[in-house]
Amino acid sequence: MAEPRTIGSFHGGLHLDDHKALSTGRPIETARLPPRLILPLQQHIGQPAEPLVQLGDTVRKGQMIARAVDYVSAPLHAPTSGRVIEIGPRPIPHPSGLSDTCIVIEPDGLDTWDVLPEPISDHIHADPADLRERIRWAGIVGLGGAVFPTAVKVNTSGRHPIDTLVINAAECEPYISCDDLLMREHAADLLDGIAIIRHLVGAGECLIGIEDNKPEAAEALRRAIADRDDSPGEVVVVPTRYPSGGEKQLIQLLTGREVPSQDLPAAIGVLCQNVATAVAVADAVLRGRPMIERIVTVTGQGVQRPGNFRVALGTPAAFLVEQAGGYREPVGQLVHGGPMMGFGLHTDQVSVTKATNCLLAASPAEAPAPAAERPCIRCGACADVCPALLLPQQLYWNARAHDFDKVQDYHLFDCIECGCCAYVCPAHIPLVHYYRFAKTEIWAQERDRQRSDLARRRHEARLARLERLEQERKARLRQKKEALEKKTGDGKADPKKAAIEAAMQRVAAKKAALQTQSGNPGSE
Amino acid sequence: MGEYSVVIAAIVTIAGLATLFGLILGYSAIRFRVEGDPIADQIDALLPQTQCGQCSFAGCRPYAEAIATGTAEINRCPPGGEATMIALAELLGRDPVALEDEAAAEKPKAVAYIVEEECIGCTLCIQACPVDAIMGSAKQMHTVLTEECTGCELCLPPCPVECIHMQPLQATPQTWKWPFPKAPDQETAHG
Amino acid sequence: MDFASSSSPHLSGPQSITRVMGLVLLALIPGTLALLWYFGWGVLINLTIAIATALLAEAAVLRLRGRAVGAALIDLSAVVTAWLLALALPPLLPWWQTVLGSAFAIVVVKQLFGGIGHNPFNPAMAGYVLLLVSFPVTMTRWLPPEVVSGQALSLADSLHIIFAGMPPPGQSWDAISSATPLDQMRSELSQNHMISEIRQSPLWGDFGGRGWEWVGNWFLLGGLFLVWRRVISWRIPASMLGALLLIAGLFWAIDPETHPFPAFHIFSGGAILGAFFVATDPVSACTTPRGQLIYGALIGMMVFVIRTWGGYPDAVAFSVLLLNMAAPTIDYYTQPRIFGKRGRDDAS
Repeated sequence: MAEPRTIGSFHGGLHLDDHKALSTGRPIETARLPPRLILPLQQHIGQPAEPLVQLGDTVRKGQMIARAVDYVSAPLHAPTSGRVIEIGPRPIPHPSGLSDTCIVIEPDGLDTWDVLPEPISDHIHADPADLRERIRWAGIVGLGGAVFPTAVKVNTSGRHPIDTLVINAAECEPYISCDDLLMREHAADLLDGIAIIRHLVGAGECLIGIEDNKPEAAEALRRAIADRDDSPGEVVVVPTRYPSGGEKQLIQLLTGREVPSQDLPAAIGVLCQNVATAVAVADAVLRGRPMIERIVTVTGQGVQRPGNFRVALGTPAAFLVEQAGGYREPVGQLVHGGPMMGFGLHTDQVSVTKATNCLLAASPAEAPAPAAERPCIRCGACADVCPALLLPQQLYWNARAHDFDKVQDYHLFDCIECGCCAYVCPAHIPLVHYYRFAKTEIWAQERDRQRSDLARRRHEARLARLERLEQERKARLRQKKEALEKKTGDGKADPKKAAIEAAMQRVAAKKAALQTQSGNPGSE
Repeated sequence: MGEYSVVIAAIVTIAGLATLFGLILGYSAIRFRVEGDPIADQIDALLPQTQCGQCSFAGCRPYAEAIATGTAEINRCPPGGEATMIALAELLGRDPVALEDEAAAEKPKAVAYIVEEECIGCTLCIQACPVDAIMGSAKQMHTVLTEECTGCELCLPPCPVECIHMQPLQATPQTWKWPFPKAPDQETAHG
Repeated sequence: MDFASSSSPHLSGPQSITRVMGLVLLALIPGTLALLWYFGWGVLINLTIAIATALLAEAAVLRLRGRAVGAALIDLSAVVTAWLLALALPPLLPWWQTVLGSAFAIVVVKQLFGGIGHNPFNPAMAGYVLLLVSFPVTMTRWLPPEVVSGQALSLADSLHIIFAGMPPPGQSWDAISSATPLDQMRSELSQNHMISEIRQSPLWGDFGGRGWEWVGNWFLLGGLFLVWRRVISWRIPASMLGALLLIAGLFWAIDPETHPFPAFHIFSGGAILGAFFVATDPVSACTTPRGQLIYGALIGMMVFVIRTWGGYPDAVAFSVLLLNMAAPTIDYYTQPRIFGKRGRDDAS
C-alpha cells in the first residue's frame, strides 16, 4: 500500500451540512419517458447547435438532430425515437426565465436505436484524433455543470503537455449526490473512461479527488481499481469542505499547484474532468453511444421521494418531479443545481439539459426568503472565506457604485461565484448577485463597444466611398472639359464659331447689298 | 538703505526661486511631454457611433470635435444616454450635465426593419443610412442588415411609402443581464 | 407550477449584525462589572444616560432621513457605541455632558456620514475626544478606586453629583475625586520624580494602578472571548498591544527611571479596551489582513508617543482617530495576493 498522499489545502471555504442522506438512500432509478422531449439547441458553452432535422421528420434514438457549429460547440442527439413536432422558442432552464430555440420530439414509445458508429475497443492504440472526433460527435460536455465541450478541453496539442489528470469526484455542494451514486454503481465504466482520457492527453498520473463524506463510492472505486490490471488512477480522499469541488481548489488540494489567474489548468500541466463526463466518454468510445441521458438528483424537502434518476435529456422538470412522488407542500423554490451555486427556476415546465445535475425543491425552511439587506459593516468575514483570495467587500462596493473599471482591478473575473461570501455576510448582502450584475454589465458594455467600433468603421468607409464617388465625378467632368478645350485649341475652326462667322458675313453681305440697292433711285 | 536691504533681499530671493521653478517646469513640460490621443479621438471612442444626428451635428465625429473645442455640451447624445454623458464628464474633468428631457427618456435599443411587400425600390433610405446598413439598389428589393443597423432612425423620414419600422431588440439568454439588486436602506419609514 | 427566484446562494449562515453586536456587548460585561465594582454607581448611571441618548438620537435622525427605524435600532450598533463611550467617561461626569457626547457620536460622527457602515471615524472615540477637549476639568475628575479610597459613593450621592453638578453637601471635590494613574504618572514624572519613588505610593498595585489593573484584566478576558468566537480578528489587538509593549519596553530599557515599565502602559487607561473593542470597530478600521497588522501597530506606537510626549494623559482615543484617517490608504497598499497570482498585487 503506497504511503498516503499529502493533501494541500485552499484558503477559506465553509463547512456546510451536506444533506446528502436525503437522496442517497436508493439506487439510481430510470425515469420514464415523458410525452414530449424539449431539447434546447444550446446546452453547452459556445455556438448553439444547428438543426439537421425539420418539422415532421421521424428520428431514431441516438440520431444526430443538430450539428456542432464552429470549433467550440457540441451536437445534439435524439434521446429516443419519435417525431419532430416543433422547432421554435420554448422556456429553457436559465436564470432569466427567457426562451430559446428548442427541438421538440414526441416519442413513439418504440425506442428504436439509430445506426451507431463502431466501438473503438482498442483505444490504447487508437489515434487521439479519432478519439477526439468520437467525443465531439457524441456531444459530450463537462457534466459537472460547466458544460464546456469536452472534445475542445482534451485537445491540448499545441499548448502545454499534461502531466496530471484530475478526476473531480468531490461533489462538494450540499444536496447533490448524482456523482456519488454514479460512482457506486458504475465504477468500472468510470475507470474505462479515465483510461481513455488519460491515454488521449498523455497524462503520466491520474488523481481521483473524492470528499470523505462518500466512503461507499471511494470503496467502490478502490475495488474496481483492484479488479483491473492497469492502474488508471489513484483515489485521494479530501476533507469535506465547500467548495473543494471547484476545479482550481481541487487541483490545489491534490497537487498543491495554483492555476494562474485568468488562465487554464493546462497551463500548469493539469486537466480536470468530472466523473460523469468520464463515464460518457467511455460510453461513446467503447459502445458508440452519444450523450442522450444523464443522472439527475431530485431532492429537497419539497419532494415526496428524493432520489437519483437516469433521465433522458429534454424531460420536463415537472414530469421528473412527478416520478419522485410529486411535490410536498410547501415548496419555496425549485433550484436548478445546488443551493450554493444553482439558480431558481421560474417554472417547472423547463426541461432537463446536459447542465442539470440536480433539481432541488426546497421548502421555505430549507431555503428561506433572503433577509433584508443591511449596509456593509466592513467586518471582512467574506474575505476570510473566499477560496479565490479575493476581497469581496471591494468587489461589492465597486459593483454597487457601477465602477466597472475598479471592480475589474479587484479581479472580478477570478470570482468563481461559489457563494461562500454571501453565506457568511452578517448584513445579508446578496454579494454574488452584485458580482453577476457587474459581470454581465461588463460583457454587455464590451459588446456595445465592439458594435460601436464596427459602426464607426462602416461610417468612415461610407464617407470614404462618397468622397471617392465625388472625386470620380469631378475627374469625369474635368476630363470632358479638357477634351472640349483640346478640340478648339487644335487650329481647326470651331464649327460653331465658323457658323457664326459665316452667318455674320451673310448678314453683312445682305446689308451691303441693301445699301447698294437703296443708293439706286428708282426703288421706293 | 539699511532697512530696505531685507526687503530687497526677500524680493530677490522669491523672484529668483520663482524664475528657477518656472524654468524647471517649462523645461519638463517640453522634455517629458506625454504624447496622448488627441482629445477628440478619446471623446469619439466614448460615443456610441449611431451617427443619428440627434446631437445636431452631422455624425459622431463632428460632435466629438465640437466637444473638444468647447462648442458643444456633453449632454446632447440620446443613444449614449446617461452612461456616455458621465463617461465624457469623467474624461474631460467636467461636472455631469443632465440630459435634456426628450433625450433623457431611455429608449430600448431597436433596429430598422423594411416591410418587403411595400418597398418600391427607390434607394432613398440607402442614401440616408450613415453606416450603409441597407442593401439594395434601384428597382431592387431593399433590406436592412440587422447586425449593422445602429438604430439611428435616419432612414424612416425619406421613405415615401413609410415601409420601414423600428423593432426593439429582445434580450436573449446570451445577452441577458442580471438586474441590479434592490439597494439596501431603501426601506423607508413607510415600508 | 411557478416559483419565485432569487440569486444563489440560497442558503445563509446564522450571522447577523445584531448577533455580532450582541456578542460584543456580552464581552464587555465582565469589564463593565469590574468598573462598577471599583468605581460605583456613577458608571451605571453614565451607561444608562448614554445608551438612552444614543437610541433616541438614532431614532430621530433615521426618521428625519426617511429610513426604517426599527431595523436599524435592532442591530444594537448604537448601544455598543454608547456603551464604549460610557466606559471611557469619568463616573462623576455631569449628565448633560454625557448626553452631549453620546448624541454627537451618533448624530454627527455616525449618521451624518451615512449611518452604519459609512462612518470613517470611530463614533465613541470622537464623542470622547469632543468632551475631553471641551470640558477638560470635568473630564479629568475621576474617582479613586474603592480599594484605594476605602469609601464608596452611595447611589443617592452619585445621582446628586451627576445631575446637580455639585459634590454632596459637606464634601468637596478634592475629597472625593482623584486623577487616573496615567495622570498621576505624568504629573509625577514632570516633577522629575523617579519611577521607583512613584511606585512606593499606595496607589500602585502590582502592574498598574490599584484597582485599575483588574479592570483591564476583565476587559482582556472579554476581548479574548471575541477573538475565540471570531467576531474580531486577532491581528489588531495583537499588533496594537505588541507594538505598545515593544516601544514602551525599549524606552524603559534605555532609562527605567523616567519611563514606566511596559506592563503599566498595557494595563492603564484604555489600552486593553481600545485594543479589543475600539480599534477593532470594523467600519473604521482596515480590512485587509496585512493592513490590520500595520494599523494596530501604528495605533500602539501613537499611544506611547502621545502619552509620553503629548499633551494628554491618555492617548488611545486620539491614536485611534488618527489611524482611522489613514486606514483607507493602508488598505489600498496592502491588497493580498489573489489565487493564482505570484506576488503582491496593488489594486492599480
